[in-house]
Amino acid sequence: MNNKVIKRIIELILLLVVLSLLTFALMYLAPGDPAEKRLSSQGVAVTKEVLNAERARMGLLRPFFVRYGEWLWGIIHGDFGISFKDDMPVAPKLIKGLKNTVVLALSSLMFSLIISIPLGLVAAVKKNALIDHVVRLLSFIGNSLPNFLVSVLLMYFFCIKLNMFPIIAEGNLQGLFLPVISLSIPMIARFSRMIRTEVLTQLSEDYVTGLRLRGVKEKYILLKNVFYNSIGHIFTIIALQIGVLMGGSVVIETIFRWPGIGKLVMDSINARDYPVIMGFVIIMGTIYVGINLLSDLLNKVIDPRVEV
Amino acid sequence: MKSKKLKLKRKVIIAAMIAIILIVVALLAEVIAPNDPYATNATMIRKAPSAEYLFGTDNLGRCVFSRVLYGARTTISSTVFLVAISFFIGTLIGMICGYYGGIVDEVLMRVADLTLAFPQMVVAIAVAGLLDGGLGGAMIALGITMWTSFARLARSHTLTVKQMPFITASRLAGKSGAYIIIRHILPNILEPVLISALTQIGTTMIGISGLSFLGLGVVAPKAEWGSMISEARAYIQIAPWAVLYPAAATIITIVVFNYLGDAVLEYRDNA
Repeated sequence: MNNKVIKRIIELILLLVVLSLLTFALMYLAPGDPAEKRLSSQGVAVTKEVLNAERARMGLLRPFFVRYGEWLWGIIHGDFGISFKDDMPVAPKLIKGLKNTVVLALSSLMFSLIISIPLGLVAAVKKNALIDHVVRLLSFIGNSLPNFLVSVLLMYFFCIKLNMFPIIAEGNLQGLFLPVISLSIPMIARFSRMIRTEVLTQLSEDYVTGLRLRGVKEKYILLKNVFYNSIGHIFTIIALQIGVLMGGSVVIETIFRWPGIGKLVMDSINARDYPVIMGFVIIMGTIYVGINLLSDLLNKVIDPRVEV
Repeated sequence: MKSKKLKLKRKVIIAAMIAIILIVVALLAEVIAPNDPYATNATMIRKAPSAEYLFGTDNLGRCVFSRVLYGARTTISSTVFLVAISFFIGTLIGMICGYYGGIVDEVLMRVADLTLAFPQMVVAIAVAGLLDGGLGGAMIALGITMWTSFARLARSHTLTVKQMPFITASRLAGKSGAYIIIRHILPNILEPVLISALTQIGTTMIGISGLSFLGLGVVAPKAEWGSMISEARAYIQIAPWAVLYPAAATIITIVVFNYLGDAVLEYRDNA
């Protein structure tokens, strides 16, 4: 058993090494010369000599694997390099952005679960009743909405029509509201659909029939047995949504100017600030892979029959 | 039971008809559009919807209705093209992996696993951002991860079909691997993979318009819904129609294609 966990962790490390190599290769091959971009943004006349000197200064002239090795070594020690844009270390920027993104992502996740768990349960219990149809319809529509659209529409109604919120989110609670709703709507749609399916599967199990025959109250079966047995599955659903959440937060943060890592990366893409983009991919990849492993392990803790 | 199947069939037909209407409208954009979608008009800036400009005009005095129609063509054609390419490459790789097995299979499937290990949109944003190549770049960025789902599906079906006696017979008759894959395996695995392609149209559309919205896809002034919404967002207070109509068009199109995918899946599962 423990061997399997160790094997999974080794796999995870290999995966991250490959990710770092691919990320680095991508930056290496990407069109556009950061040295040139940097010089022209500073208003320096770009001549061949100046350009070459700048390239050497930025360490762009050394061989691929030397640069890769140095970069990876730095990352392992928490050093993500120096920003091309302003010569500041990248790591503090990423950490600051990440903190804000985690606040946004966790709030959205909690909010989505609080809404979708009851919705999914009710829809499953009242299968084919009106409420079930309504939940299914809403979850279908929610699933078809791109989150940039949700946020633009929310912004229109809440900030402009109703004048309830400031258009630009500051890093406070009021500013958090609309970004959270925007991220949550598609997630609620998916969660409630998946929770409904899972609860329906559980309800058709023999143990439910057994409990019913023994006269256990329906409410008790539902909350105590069915819900408990579904928790492992809910973890898996959440883990799968983390990737969507990460992509979504880039869009939402850009729209609402939430100072998270997603907005940071969009700004960096526009400025061709490679070290920040690379750091973003590495951090997001690590979190994603880590959370997936964690959810598998949690499943194992909840239900020892599950193979890791 | 019979009536349920009939009902499901009707659902598929209705959804398919609406989808076809959307595609036809997109194809006939030039004929239907009342105005030139790229013609700017300084005297007609941000005018509310009227008889001449059904959906109003945008910041540059361009006709929003015409731009939505042209945008339909950009969005639908790029989505269908991307799904088709991923479908083609993925199915081909999946069949080769499933039929030949061995080291080729091992390597390609590990590559496919690798793309699954990372969040698709994060990869797409990073790749599209670096390629800096407009719509083509955005399509490559999404395609990198898209082909793998087709490859996996095609491979698993190929493994089943491969066990059938007629494959052995064909091999004994001296037919080449390429011949067997094209003539015998492909027709037998086509249906599930095609249905999977259909269900991916909606999500692909969300991806493409999302990247365009971020400025990583279609380059202005080309009409595309995501970038139109992104542009008009700045003056939504003054001219909400320039945002709301493309938004409605996006939502309707995605809903229709998702509904079609769901209906076909449901029909097949009850067949």
